[in-house]
Amino acid sequence: MNEYDKFSLDGRPIYFERGQSILEAALAAGVYIPNLCHHPEFKPHGSCKLCTVKVNGRFGSACTIKAMPGQEVASDTPELNGNRRVLLQMLFVEGNHFCPGCEKSGNCKLQALAYDIEMLTPHYRHFYPVREIDATHPDVLLDFNRCIMCELCVRASRDVDGKSVFALAGRGTASHVVVNSPSGKLGDTDFALTDKAASVCPVGAILSKRVGFAVPIGERQYDVDPISAQASARQAEEA
Amino acid sequence: MFRLETAENPQKLRRIAIDPVTRVEGHGKVTLLLDDADRIHQVRLHIVEFRGFEVFIEGRPFWEVPVTVQRLCGICPVSHHLAAVKAMDIIAGYGALPPTAEKLRRLMHYGQVLQSHAVHFFHLASPDLLLGFDSEPTRRNIVGVAQDFPEIAKQGVLLRKYGQEVIRHTAGKRIHGTGAIPGGMNKALAVAERDELRRDIDQMIEWALASVHMVAALHRTKPEFYNHFGEFDSSMMGLVDERGAMDFYHGGLRAVDAAGKPIFDHVDYTTYESVLEEEAKSWSYMKFPHIRALGPEKGWYKVGPLARVQACDFIPSPLADLERKKMMGLGHGKPVMGTLFYHWARLIELLHAAEVIRDLLDDPDILGTDLMADKGERKGEAVGVIEAPRGTLFHHYRVNENDLVTFCNLIVSTTNNNQAMNAAIRSVARTHLDGRVVTEGLLNHIEVAIRAYDPCLSCATHALGQMPLEVDLVDAEGRLVSRGRRNMGPER
Ligand code: SF4
Ligand code: FES
Repeated sequence: MNEYDKFSLDGRPIYFERGQSILEAALAAGVYIPNLCHHPEFKPHGSCKLCTVKVNGRFGSACTIKAMPGQEVASDTPELNGNRRVLLQMLFVEGNHFCPGCEKSGNCKLQALAYDIEMLTPHYRHFYPVREIDATHPDVLLDFNRCIMCELCVRASRDVDGKSVFALAGRGTASHVVVNSPSGKLGDTDFALTDKAASVCPVGAILSKRVGFAVPIGERQYDVDPISAQASARQAEEA
Repeated sequence: MFRLETAENPQKLRRIAIDPVTRVEGHGKVTLLLDDADRIHQVRLHIVEFRGFEVFIEGRPFWEVPVTVQRLCGICPVSHHLAAVKAMDIIAGYGALPPTAEKLRRLMHYGQVLQSHAVHFFHLASPDLLLGFDSEPTRRNIVGVAQDFPEIAKQGVLLRKYGQEVIRHTAGKRIHGTGAIPGGMNKALAVAERDELRRDIDQMIEWALASVHMVAALHRTKPEFYNHFGEFDSSMMGLVDERGAMDFYHGGLRAVDAAGKPIFDHVDYTTYESVLEEEAKSWSYMKFPHIRALGPEKGWYKVGPLARVQACDFIPSPLADLERKKMMGLGHGKPVMGTLFYHWARLIELLHAAEVIRDLLDDPDILGTDLMADKGERKGEAVGVIEAPRGTLFHHYRVNENDLVTFCNLIVSTTNNNQAMNAAIRSVARTHLDGRVVTEGLLNHIEVAIRAYDPCLSCATHALGQMPLEVDLVDAEGRLVSRGRRNMGPER
């Protein structure tokens, strides 16, 4: 790392390693930029747009833009957070997200972001889509009512598990995640609870069966500290 | 056919509606049909809202249900949580709970009973009892009580708060916690939490006892009135343990008749359908359950405090049992049947709940960490029953081999009391309204009778004490004669 490998994020210097994205560099430095479809173990996807920042005055996804020396990056601004709030509101109304009854509550990235960015109401009219849940697999429950189409499961199953159990189907507002099996049911695939794809879902769409509330609400990942505080906490731990 | 349930010539009669009934949970309305001489021909309590919660449950995974059913009720979510989880213990194949887990669930539940009974008495009922049924309506609320009886109002607030703290420490949250999971509990009680609760419990017991004495003293001021207001004979049902003692968490079903003689006893509640039957009527969304063997005319019963206190052989805590004997002494060997005895019985239960909480906190098991039962064979169907603050609550589920709920039947406490509440308001209408010009104060007598049951008429709404009331006086042709409104905001 040398003195030149540094950019500015909201006025703070962020040092980076060559090849890192703005998002990766910021998180490694303990500075949080909101993100949903990003996962440290996977190639950037750039689909959720939560990480949108302004780089030298132009909008771009922090998870796909490489860090470069001298960049002026703005992230935590009223304008950008306002846009993020709108994106979250659209995600909330587009699926069926009823946090009070959801077993992912407290471990859900979507919920944690909504709290953090102070999304107080869904604002838009709910779509209330009708989506059946798939309980055919003995160990894993699929509830696509909560899917936000980050495609992490698609990527994990294809790239890590080598199974391609999940795929994206349809276009535009009709696009959705499907299961690659003749019946379309998870029970008819070789999916296993130990698959990477079983543990990457940021929301409550892919769930381990029968253990939903074993960890009390109130003691979960995002219950204690907001999601934005966790990047800096992790960084402090590692230091 | 019940007297005053259906008038012979309804078209010729004047109709008065109390819509909605206030200071109860949810939305219900009462209609009265009167003739020109103000004689009453028909009185009905209608439930005008139907939420069909069962359809939200069907198709969902079973382990989620104990959490989601809490949305049924704004004021006793813990009861639904526990009734559901008792069923799901069985569905998931768990055997008997370790002592700590069962005691923590009991602690949570008795905390709920304490909290709910305190809210009901102090916030919803005491304005009528302490200020008068026909006192100035704008002051007939908890604010009026706080002005005239500040000490009592304060105790009510603190009792309620204490109950909430018990729930918070056992369920993880003050409302809609997740403490109970199929097979046990997910959270142990920390020493600090136990100590915090233990510190205040003796004070709670003292206040609870004082509240029982207050109602007893109130009764002595007008014994005739209190004995007979909304009086009618009925059977009573509740859970009792194997000794015949009161038990809010678990037991067998017992029903006794109006003379206190057993109809059935120690019935395994998983077979509730063999002793109970539900009947639908066209004019209300709420079903009318009754004891199968006696039929709809004779088989209806009441549940809740007055039923439980009198159906059991004793209350297994000393102070409450003594108060039980005092109250039942007024019946001279027979159960008391006046509707206002519900308040007295409810406060006896509040006292009992506080005594049980103290005993549980003193029990070393309560700090244990063995929270999960051993797992055995899965079941496809199960029933969970509990004594909720308002009475016996049934949750019945079937779950398929993929873990999804395929069938759900709930009989909530208030449904069990449906016919009894109708009988109570008919009794009040006969003695207090029949032949008289109807005033707001008299209409409130009807509401007082309903409120005594602490009904939870719908399960999501809870506008404590501020519910709007609109009374329409309509002539035989359906024309509006006059309209009385309160807390309704501007007329649209
Ligand atoms: S199921 Fe989960 S991981 Fe897969 S696309 Fe939907 S939200 Fe992403
Ligand atoms: S995290 Fe960058 S677009 Fe989703």
